[in-house]
Amino acid sequence: MNPVNTKLMDALDVIKNDLAFALWETLYATILATLFAIVIGLPLGVLLVVGDEKGICPLPPLLMKIINVCINLLRSVPFVILMVTVIPLTRMIVGTSVGTVASIVPLVIAAFPFIARLVEGSLREVNPNIIETAQSMGATPMQIILHVMLPESVPSLISNFTLAITTIMGYTAMSGVVGGGGLGKIADMYGRQRYNSYVLYAAVIVLVLITQVMQSIGTALAVKSDKRLKK
Amino acid sequence: MIEVRNLSKSFRTTDGPVDALKNVNLTINNGDIYGIIGMSGAGKSTLVRCINMLERPTEGAVLMDGVDLGAMNGNDLRQMRRRVTMIFQGFNLLMQRTCVRNVMLPLKLAGMPTQQAYQRAMEMLETVGLPDKANAYPAQLSGGQQQRVAIARALATNPEVLLCDEATSALDPKTTHSILELIRDINAKMGITVIVITHQMSVVQEICNRVAILENGAVVEEGKVADVFANPKAEATRNLVYPEMADANVALGNEHGQRVRLIFNGAIAANEPLIAKMALETGVAASILGASTRAVGDRAYGYILLEIPGGPDELAKAVKFLRQTPDVTVSVEVNYPENKEVEA
Repeated sequence: MNPVNTKLMDALDVIKNDLAFALWETLYATILATLFAIVIGLPLGVLLVVGDEKGICPLPPLLMKIINVCINLLRSVPFVILMVTVIPLTRMIVGTSVGTVASIVPLVIAAFPFIARLVEGSLREVNPNIIETAQSMGATPMQIILHVMLPESVPSLISNFTLAITTIMGYTAMSGVVGGGGLGKIADMYGRQRYNSYVLYAAVIVLVLITQVMQSIGTALAVKSDKRLKK
Repeated sequence: MIEVRNLSKSFRTTDGPVDALKNVNLTINNGDIYGIIGMSGAGKSTLVRCINMLERPTEGAVLMDGVDLGAMNGNDLRQMRRRVTMIFQGFNLLMQRTCVRNVMLPLKLAGMPTQQAYQRAMEMLETVGLPDKANAYPAQLSGGQQQRVAIARALATNPEVLLCDEATSALDPKTTHSILELIRDINAKMGITVIVITHQMSVVQEICNRVAILENGAVVEEGKVADVFANPKAEATRNLVYPEMADANVALGNEHGQRVRLIFNGAIAANEPLIAKMALETGVAASILGASTRAVGDRAYGYILLEIPGGPDELAKAVKFLRQTPDVTVSVEVNYPENKEVEA
């Protein structure tokens, strides 16, 4: 048979048998990593804003400096290097450093400082006059966070979390190269190592499609939740 | 009663310390609608923020019924802020919350159960005339309606004092009038003391009973609104009360002319056709060069600048006639090119 046709048949085989599972693995890693990263990153982002010198609950400037430097450090390590560096930690938490579940650990570590910065940005957009108003009503710093800052920045937070989830999905593909599962893995294994570019294209197309879908849903939710727009 | 005692506030800036307030003393009695007026940058907003301790005074004290607010701890301070509430120029409503939930906010912050808070909030929206907007979002309302919601929110915790920080400055004159009417109503019906910060004399004139004039962080004049209007002593007050006076102060120059400036210090006669009467009785038909008068109660304050035609004889007749009117000061500015500057 024509070698091109053989390659195509192989590719169709892979797409039929492995693509759906790879997609599931990618979504699973992306969504779980994003959730964990939000659990850590959201409070950290809040802390960055309220603990600021001019925030509603100023913390010692030295402490804030340390937190900021740590976040910048984590943010500046390239993800490929971070993945390898945290392998001992991954083994400690998950028991292994290979597979989809194991890839969630470096993903969370890479994503939470990013999310903390995004949350910081969203919260700083809240009209300072509204925060002052809450203070003039006798709100505690915690009440201001829960009743004013977070609810007022919901549309912006949704936009930023959408940005985060699409970025994290890009990272999961990367983690496929070094032992993680998902679309990145089949693209690497069949596409790069076995020179089957059809599988590579298929994986890329699927990634592009999910990114589009996620971004559209995120944007629609952000717009719908924003009550500042007159209807 | 709120007493501001020797209050000073300075801010540290990159250009060194700036004294926003200098030794301010005020006494605001229960039930007053107290105006604090001044130009931009006079320190009005800082002063009102010192009253509820959003800004800590550098020196001096604010006493509420004799209690020093500056000495309060965090919890007492938060309790106090439910008794001294505030409305703002920019309304400052939560944009992602419906009106009724905006009004519920201070109640929820105070720990009131949701059901009860909802009922109270609806009552408050009723008070400000917007019960039908309960489920609308602030962005769907006009500026005047948003300020009404903000007032409902400020009244929800049953305060004793309402601070209004330029509350009508973003509104058109008609809406301003209706908001001021609402504030006056609230003052009368609920007995809430109101402190009004503004740069508009018309606001003070419309609702305040007492006024303090702030210039460069210091109180330059203080008293009953009628008294301050009648006899503005400080330069800053005169500029605020009669902003047009400065414009009309055009010197006579070298031209021939004789002018009479009538200053009304609460004359009741302002309702009489004074200038027409003068023309009929003395035959001097003066032309009005400039005028700014306003009524406070049934009395008139302000000035009229008249050009008197003819020579010194006509001028003498006119001055003699005008000086018969009570509570009117007459001053004369003349220039005859042959014998310059004669004061009568």
